Amino acid sequence: MLKDVSFGQYYPVESFVHRLDPRTKLLFVIAYIAAIFLSKNFYGLAACAAVLFAAIGFAKIPLRKIVRSMKGVLFLVVFTAVINIFFYRSEGARILWEWKIFRITAEGLIFSGFLIARLFLLVICASLLTLTTTPVSLTDGVESLLTPLKWVRFPVHELALIMSIALRFIPILMDETDRIMNAQKARGADFETGGPIRRIRAIIPVIIPLLLSAFRRADELGDAMDARCYTGGKNRTKYKKLRFAAGDFAMFVLAAALIAGVVLMRIYLGAPV
Amino acid sequence: MRIRAEHLSYTYNADTPFAAHALHDVTLTIEEGEFFGIIGHTGSGKSTFVQHLNGLLRVPSSMKKYRRKKPKKGEIPPPEPVLQVGQFDLTDKKTDFRALRRSVGTVFQYPEYQLFAETVFEDVAFGYRNFAEKKPMEHETQEAVKEAIEMVGLNYGEVRGMSPFELSGGQKRRVAIAGVIVTRPAVLVLDEPAAGLDPLGKQEVMDLLHRIHREWCRTVVIVSHDMDEIAENCTHAAVFSDGEVKYVLPPRELFRHEKELLDMGLELPLVAKLCLSLERQGIAIDCDFTEEDFIRKVLALPRQMRIC
Repeated sequence: MLKDVSFGQYYPVESFVHRLDPRTKLLFVIAYIAAIFLSKNFYGLAACAAVLFAAIGFAKIPLRKIVRSMKGVLFLVVFTAVINIFFYRSEGARILWEWKIFRITAEGLIFSGFLIARLFLLVICASLLTLTTTPVSLTDGVESLLTPLKWVRFPVHELALIMSIALRFIPILMDETDRIMNAQKARGADFETGGPIRRIRAIIPVIIPLLLSAFRRADELGDAMDARCYTGGKNRTKYKKLRFAAGDFAMFVLAAALIAGVVLMRIYLGAPV
Repeated sequence: MRIRAEHLSYTYNADTPFAAHALHDVTLTIEEGEFFGIIGHTGSGKSTFVQHLNGLLRVPSSMKKYRRKKPKKGEIPPPEPVLQVGQFDLTDKKTDFRALRRSVGTVFQYPEYQLFAETVFEDVAFGYRNFAEKKPMEHETQEAVKEAIEMVGLNYGEVRGMSPFELSGGQKRRVAIAGVIVTRPAVLVLDEPAAGLDPLGKQEVMDLLHRIHREWCRTVVIVSHDMDEIAENCTHAAVFSDGEVKYVLPPRELFRHEKELLDMGLELPLVAKLCLSLERQGIAIDCDFTEEDFIRKVLALPRQMRIC
């Protein structure tokens, strides 16, 4: 049951995308998101989609993994689309159907389609990042990218440490949850039937032991770090130093080209509606 | 209840890169009335096997979505798995898993970490109330909880109102066991019941299990990686390795497989080791590998042999 949660969903295969520097991937995702929001028409989105699907191909990620990540936001996407279909308003829109305050217009339909495509691209792009990057290298990347903030006394290293501990403990706590749920199921607990209130109540015998064990683990981890004289980020060196390679520079060029292309299409090809 | 498994296999995370075969074609019968031991190294599949016994892990054919795969041409289909616990057929979609879990009590590893309620009473009553056909009367619950707590050797009047988190480690474990046996299951399965206890605590838990076996639960199955524990306590032992059952023997015959056991990362029980080294000295002792029996037979040896 808990296996469906697609967090820390790293998919271990050997590929060009997996080998990229995490900083490159993070920056590329940011650039990509910018490109999606800069697109004002389907041509721009098509260019973005082409890049994304090429990346999926290079990353050797099976399509069903991608589809699963889309399922997670399906509700949000449908909700946004429905609202926009019924309430899209603009001057001179061609009305197809109207009832009280609900109005479906041709432009509204096109605009909703545009939003759906945009949302899906965003989600797929983000999940491609987590599918191809281990949590550890992701935090390394974040820490490295945030280094400039150290100049304003921002605790970058501590933040990265908190992130990596949190990420590291997610699978452990998931296992623990599974184990406790099994133990309570063996004592007749039922998590699958009943109304919402009953279900929430049914979770109590899981949450309490889980919280206790989380605190216990936190204590133990703190002691272990103390025992090894951990004092924070000052003068610490890295075991794995991040380095940019040729592929990374290629990605920067690609990102720049994508943004430039999208902006040009925005200027010369006009809006979808 | 008799437990019968045939051709049981299980794979974690099937069809993903993380797939791990935990059980492979396991065939094993546990007769009613046994104090059965399952022994194996970490990752040998022993815990996976016992989680099948109360349906926490399911035989694929009992799942709603299951459809039998058509065998390819010229391929012999693998034998159908069988898993029966008493009258329950666990390969059937229509199995009443609630009723099954009421008759097969399962105590997990470190069961004290599953305690959650405000008082010991409430925690032990949890399982009783969950499994009751209709809402039990308060005095029925009290009666059942009192008996269970007394069964595990705690003072009901003293602990009933205490928070389970105030108790000592050994007491917590007893409360957790009480929380499972409160429904009087016919089969009691325990995964590493003595793990993490000191030697005295271990002995106490084992004595407790024998008492439960005598008085409440006809069949007891314990999982362990400690040979001494198995040799001392069990009527039969199954040796698991790499997801397969290697031997099912009374513990006294285990020592005949010394070399194979060592290869599987298991040690011989201490008494068996002593017997073997005595045998190499030319002194044969035929005992059932409990410490008591061994000591009695050594003491019965002729005097001059004892002095060497």
